[in-house]
Amino acid sequence: MGVIGDVFQWLTDPAHWSGSGGILVRTFQHVWYSLVATGIATAIALPIGVFIGHTGRGALVAVNLTNLGRAIPTLGIIILVFQLAGYGFVPVLVALVAVAVPPIVTNSYIGVRSVDPEVRESAEGMGMRGRQVLWQVELPVAMPLIMAGIRTSTVQVVATATLAAYVGLGGLGRYLIDGLSQRDLPQVVGGAILVALLALATELVLGRVQALVVSPGLAERGADAAVRAKVEKAA
Amino acid sequence: MRRIRFAGAAVAVCLALLLAACGGGGNDALQGGGSSNGGATVTVGSTNFSEQLLLAQMYAAVLEKAGVKVDTRLNLGAREVVFPALEKGDIDLLPEYNGSVLSFLDKNATQTTSDEVNTALGPLLDAKGLVALDQSPAEDKDGWAVTKATADKYGLAKVSDLKGKASQLVVGGPPELKTRPAGLPGLKKVYGIEDFKEFKALDAGGPLTTSALNKGDIDVGRVFTTQGAIAKYGWVLLEEDKPLEPAQNVVPIGRKDAMTDQVKQALNALASKITTEELTKLNKQVDIDKDDPEKVATDWLKSQGLV
Amino acid sequence: MTDGPAPVLAAELIRWSWIGDHLDDIRDYLLQHVELTGLALLFGLLLAFPLALAAVQWPRLYGPILAFTGVLFTIPSLALFILLIPFTGLQIQTALIGLTIYTLLILVRNMVEGLRGVDRDVREAAQAMGYTRARQLFQVELPLALPVIMAGVRIATVTTIGLVTVTALIGWGGLGRLFIDGFTLDFTTPIVVGIVLSAALAFAADLLLVGLQQRLTPWARSRRG
Repeated sequence: MGVIGDVFQWLTDPAHWSGSGGILVRTFQHVWYSLVATGIATAIALPIGVFIGHTGRGALVAVNLTNLGRAIPTLGIIILVFQLAGYGFVPVLVALVAVAVPPIVTNSYIGVRSVDPEVRESAEGMGMRGRQVLWQVELPVAMPLIMAGIRTSTVQVVATATLAAYVGLGGLGRYLIDGLSQRDLPQVVGGAILVALLALATELVLGRVQALVVSPGLAERGADAAVRAKVEKAA
Repeated sequence: MRRIRFAGAAVAVCLALLLAACGGGGNDALQGGGSSNGGATVTVGSTNFSEQLLLAQMYAAVLEKAGVKVDTRLNLGAREVVFPALEKGDIDLLPEYNGSVLSFLDKNATQTTSDEVNTALGPLLDAKGLVALDQSPAEDKDGWAVTKATADKYGLAKVSDLKGKASQLVVGGPPELKTRPAGLPGLKKVYGIEDFKEFKALDAGGPLTTSALNKGDIDVGRVFTTQGAIAKYGWVLLEEDKPLEPAQNVVPIGRKDAMTDQVKQALNALASKITTEELTKLNKQVDIDKDDPEKVATDWLKSQGLV
Repeated sequence: MTDGPAPVLAAELIRWSWIGDHLDDIRDYLLQHVELTGLALLFGLLLAFPLALAAVQWPRLYGPILAFTGVLFTIPSLALFILLIPFTGLQIQTALIGLTIYTLLILVRNMVEGLRGVDRDVREAAQAMGYTRARQLFQVELPLALPVIMAGVRIATVTTIGLVTVTALIGWGGLGRLFIDGFTLDFTTPIVVGIVLSAALAFAADLLLVGLQQRLTPWARSRRG
């Protein structure tokens, strides 16, 4: 029970929360790295996934991308980019974006693809053309899955952002690396707990965001009916 | 039923993998063989910078020449990870530096001369079933480096020149630099140098510190005095004008039960040949010319008549 | 901010002679990688199976098991490996325990989903025909759950291949050793080789498993499309 007590003490020590090496600052850095990476990844991956879903071209890649993305050796990428770009945020950013892209591509693709052909046909029958079908029908229907992809991505990025400390940056991973270096086990455990909590919090927060962003009438089963209704109203 | 036969084959393959893993798990002591060291394999480990790879390869080469069976597990990580592995028996031998080991085992150690350090080290190692063999004249001490530009700008040539300027400078080094007696606290205590503007936790004489120093993300970096990088980038190594850093003689540290007379003989014969000049020269070949550590080690040993 | 001397970019990206000289090392690392992955999967499967059965048998356990495994998954792999060091040092157990935990998490979920997905009617028919519980499990439920379970095995395999490289930070690493060698020696060649080979390994493993999946569940093929 001694270690647990030490960890608890480490986590509740006010000195560990304040200052430039404190938990608040490190958490902020961690969140910052994660947001920037996920933001860039979404900007890249979402259009690609939607395009593949809408046109059907390159489907094989999209479907398998998530699974293959899991094999990305993030440590290798960080180190390689470090060799090329040197000390700084770039190596970490590249690796995190690489982690974040696959789930978003795959989920966006599946989301757009899974729109009931009947719904698409009725929209086209109403006189909607390609772009309108995409924006007013396919994307809203695909929203739940797209958001799920972004959620999965973000949580993975939060967990992987611990590697930033390996190349001298900040974030909660610092407690793992410094704790190891200073042979301070409570620090390592404390850091691990904090990252796990942050990942869980991210999952929950994004779940709420998803509920808000996805159009109200768009529960999984009601999706097609709701869109059909919208399409008819627009006519 | 075809499925069951297939499943059976799959299980058989898995069991084979399992057995292979047990066999390859480092229990090489059970494998007999024509080695004269009582058949026991000596596992040489190393931490994660290039000089370590060099030294470990040297040890491995002379031991093999002496007829000892050798296994190498190199580049395992920082000392925090590797030294406990030595204590546990995952490795048998490690190239080390007496001062660093002392401060690793005793956080408050303040001894500085070779003799003082070795005397203090003996009982600490003994208590862990370890023993230090003969030390080499070569020393790879911890030092402070700045880029030529920084040295010119702030007029830095000696460590004591940092006084009064430190508050404008960012310092970088291994995380424990902040707390170790010979680290930042030592600068304050012995030199009276004030707090630096910022401390960045990077690594010990590794790629992070090198890159950060070159890019200007830090102004002063913790380096190892024999690093090839110093010459390569034209850094200025600040002269240590007050006694703070402990001696850092290269010394093999091994598990008592693995350090047989044969092993000791081979390594002790090597010890006196490793001088600071030679070591620095060899480091340059690895760090700057990018030659393979194993080849550099072997070629040098041949030139010394040791293999 | 001073402009330091040209950074290491000047070094060439791949020195082919290095690869030629180090084929032995590369082969050893690759074998270690395959070994670690295979063992982690094996232990993961062996442990996931009873856990999954328990979750199916006592549905109330599923929620907690899911939550527990979900939380474990968020623990960064780096932390898990570092935490194991004081206990198992640099022996293979440290890497294996960590890797197995992650495969376990993925496999339990998929096994439970697969087994639960078996139609109630099918299960009841088997019971009516007098199948014992064990026979029902092995000859009816498992084969039917196989597609979902195999999907889980695919994910677990590819994930593990990626995770094995992280174990380089605790003395193992398989192909990951190439990354830290390159880092230590300030040299991009081993790093590139490591990335390419581990990606290739994952790709090959995935293809193999897809093939295996189609062999084991031929009926699933016709259902698609």
